[in-house]
Amino acid sequence: MKKTMKRLYMGLIFLFLYAPIILLIVYSFNSSKSRGQWGGFTLKWYADLFQDRQIKEAFIYTIVIAVLATIISTIFGTIAAIGINNMRRFPRKVTLNLNNLPVLNPDIVTGVALMTLFISVNLQLGFMSMLIAHIVFCTPFVILAVLPKLRQLNPHLAEAAMDLGAKPSYALRKVIIPQIFPGIVSGALIAFTLSIDDFVISFFTAGTQVTNLSILIYSMAKRGVKPSINALSTIMFLAVLILLLLINRKSDKGEELLL
Amino acid sequence: MRRRMKLLAYPYSLWMAVFVVVPLFLVFLYSITKGDIHDFSTLEFSLDSYKRVAEPLFLKVIGNSFFLALISTVFCFLLGYPVAMIIARTNQKYRNKLLMFIIIPMWMNFLLRTYAWMAILSPNGVLNRFLGVLGLAPLEIMPGQGAVLIGMVYNFLPFMILPIYTVLVKIDRSLLEAADDLGANKVKTFFRVVFPLSIPGVVSGITMVFMPAVSTFVISGLLGGGKTPLIGDLIEQQFMSDRNWHFGSSLSIILMVMILISMAVMSRMDRKGSSA
Amino acid sequence: MAKNLIELKNLTKSYNGLKAVDSISLTIREKEFVTLLGPSGCGKTTTLRMIGGFEDPDDGQILFEGKLLNDEPPYKRNVNTVFQRYALFPHMNVYENIAFGLRIKKMAADDIKRKVERMLKLVDLVGFDKRDVDSLSGGQQQRVAIARALVNEPKVLLLDEPLGALDLKLRKEMQMELLDMQRSVGITFIYVTHDQEEALTMSDTIVVMNKGVIQQVGSPQDIYNEPVNRFVADFIGESNIIEANMIEDLKVRFDGITFDCIDKGFMDNEPVDVVIRPEDLVIVANPSEGQIQGTVSSVVFKGVHYEMFVANDHREYMVHSTIMFPVGTDVGMNISPMDIQVMKRGEEPCEEE
Repeated sequence: MKKTMKRLYMGLIFLFLYAPIILLIVYSFNSSKSRGQWGGFTLKWYADLFQDRQIKEAFIYTIVIAVLATIISTIFGTIAAIGINNMRRFPRKVTLNLNNLPVLNPDIVTGVALMTLFISVNLQLGFMSMLIAHIVFCTPFVILAVLPKLRQLNPHLAEAAMDLGAKPSYALRKVIIPQIFPGIVSGALIAFTLSIDDFVISFFTAGTQVTNLSILIYSMAKRGVKPSINALSTIMFLAVLILLLLINRKSDKGEELLL
Repeated sequence: MRRRMKLLAYPYSLWMAVFVVVPLFLVFLYSITKGDIHDFSTLEFSLDSYKRVAEPLFLKVIGNSFFLALISTVFCFLLGYPVAMIIARTNQKYRNKLLMFIIIPMWMNFLLRTYAWMAILSPNGVLNRFLGVLGLAPLEIMPGQGAVLIGMVYNFLPFMILPIYTVLVKIDRSLLEAADDLGANKVKTFFRVVFPLSIPGVVSGITMVFMPAVSTFVISGLLGGGKTPLIGDLIEQQFMSDRNWHFGSSLSIILMVMILISMAVMSRMDRKGSSA
Repeated sequence: MAKNLIELKNLTKSYNGLKAVDSISLTIREKEFVTLLGPSGCGKTTTLRMIGGFEDPDDGQILFEGKLLNDEPPYKRNVNTVFQRYALFPHMNVYENIAFGLRIKKMAADDIKRKVERMLKLVDLVGFDKRDVDSLSGGQQQRVAIARALVNEPKVLLLDEPLGALDLKLRKEMQMELLDMQRSVGITFIYVTHDQEEALTMSDTIVVMNKGVIQQVGSPQDIYNEPVNRFVADFIGESNIIEANMIEDLKVRFDGITFDCIDKGFMDNEPVDVVIRPEDLVIVANPSEGQIQGTVSSVVFKGVHYEMFVANDHREYMVHSTIMFPVGTDVGMNISPMDIQVMKRGEEPCEEE
């Protein structure tokens, strides 16, 4: 009885979580353009997808920004984390508090603040400003993912390496980085997820020339989203889902990373 | 060695100064001045924009944002706690899978999911068609606060479940056995041991839900139909269409302060909860 | 003799098809200090947890004062547990931890206060009541865990390796304190440990377990002096275990020599195992004066005695003696008949962790 109740409850929660997603996937095969009715099965929107310049451009911007922001903020954040870990107590506390600002601040405040800065220094809003903004909000998360791993690190490890004749840079590459690698990977994954899904900060920093998928969807939402967007999202969603399931099957460790 | 390693943090410190501190300072500066935002020499000290925030119309918007965020946080808590508990009590083999299924929806674009809710809740949307088939009267949820609430709960529920789950799953089983051993039944064990121990998770869950909920403009924009603007909508308007940065900045500062205060309150509760 | 308090009858529990506890039966009396002793995985903790109510037996009965206890949930049982890692509630201070069980019973605040203070005195923690449990040392946490259990005035206290996390010196002290406490509150203690020395020091009765089966039940003296099989002999203390033949009653033959012994009741020529404790081998300088001859092959100083190995064609004998013979010396050894413990030959070889 209790077990049935639990199952029923979890079932309802999952229904709540998945209903909109299933609906979107269904719509991507719906030949009727109106979102209220079913006009029969079609793959038209998937075909259209490859013709639509607007969507293609937004997709490319989204991916390029996400990849660049992930690479840059992962490297930048890892280096910074190693530095922060070696700071004295007080400067470390100050740096970490500053680092937490973009994490704790509402996105909208981070967005308008960056927009204010860019406009004040006459930086044309566009690709560059959006990339900088993404690095600004991704790097803190990388640092937060890497720092705990550095803390767990045996402080004598680097010393042992150097005792055995390794130069500091060699010790860093061959001893420290491999040890904190899981932290770096999860930092990179968080960064990528945040960047690809971001709307608010991009909205304020992208200007009028550059549009990513989120901005495109927002601008279309009130009038009705093109069904091709549903098709694209279905493809992206399924790609992630398959990737997750594959990793999950391969190792439980990978799954933990993604969670 | 240590001394040289810490140099690695300096470029990032500089970066933060330029892209975190300066922008926030500019927002603060604009909030306490008036004049042409493009020409610093015209700026002069003024609290006009704060005075404008105090007008009843805007106070109502702020109050409404606060209220809606609070209600959605409460709903997320009431819905999410049992989910976290059920997952934490699930056999280890299935636990991570269940958790994964909680997270997967977040991999679909946030705006698109909200858009899907428009399709479900709109006057002739999926829900009302379904009700029609059952012979029931259609619901008028969207546009309106109810729809905004559903959107918020939907989007932020995982943020409530995950931190609570993380704390619950770490509670040592032997503590539950000890409570059991000392005469507490399931209900008493929950209220005297499990719940107090899970307060840190609840606190971070509440923070993670309340903060984006109080500052959102997307959900209210799409599902609220502009009938009941939130503080996020106001800020967005000031910066994107009305171009009144001074007013927008004061609203941003107010929003930050509101969140800061609620976070301070929450962390106090956290400390009290885990030591009482 | 005190009356029976707990009876286990054919108690069985399996995990994933493996029998953790295999049909054990045991009687525990009032005010007895019983130790379940064995290597890890022998089923001792599972047995304890079944008595506590944390595991349901697959088969068999647990009787408490003659009443079936199997289906009672832990919170209805008149037994309390001191958990392996104490399981103190981290969100409560010392006082609240100890008061927990009384608060559940909705006892009046005055009574709670009185009882908790008495417990604090008993476990020597007066003045610690407001302290956070995390700020206490291992030994102090241990005492809180004991007080938290005892304050409920259980008839039986279950202790699951309670001293396992403490260092050696503290462990010895706590052993004595636990014994004192048991005597002063006058209740039954069921104590689980893998430490044979602890078991020998503290118990009225030791239950030696291996692979889910009880090997021997007896007083510490019985268990040490008269182990019933290879496993017990090997697990408790150090010993020479030798394959032998029971020639006839009171005569056992091993290593080519027939010895007098005090055991009888075996079949003539029955293969048996013989246990000789290393301190029971008396070493003599003149080889011809000994029943067994050999050459000293190694010497290690152990503090109170020397541990020597004496080798001959048959085997190496472990000998404990306060007199040292250098490596290479030819010596003799004598054994008195009562120090030869003859056991039934076990079908399985000894396995110890």
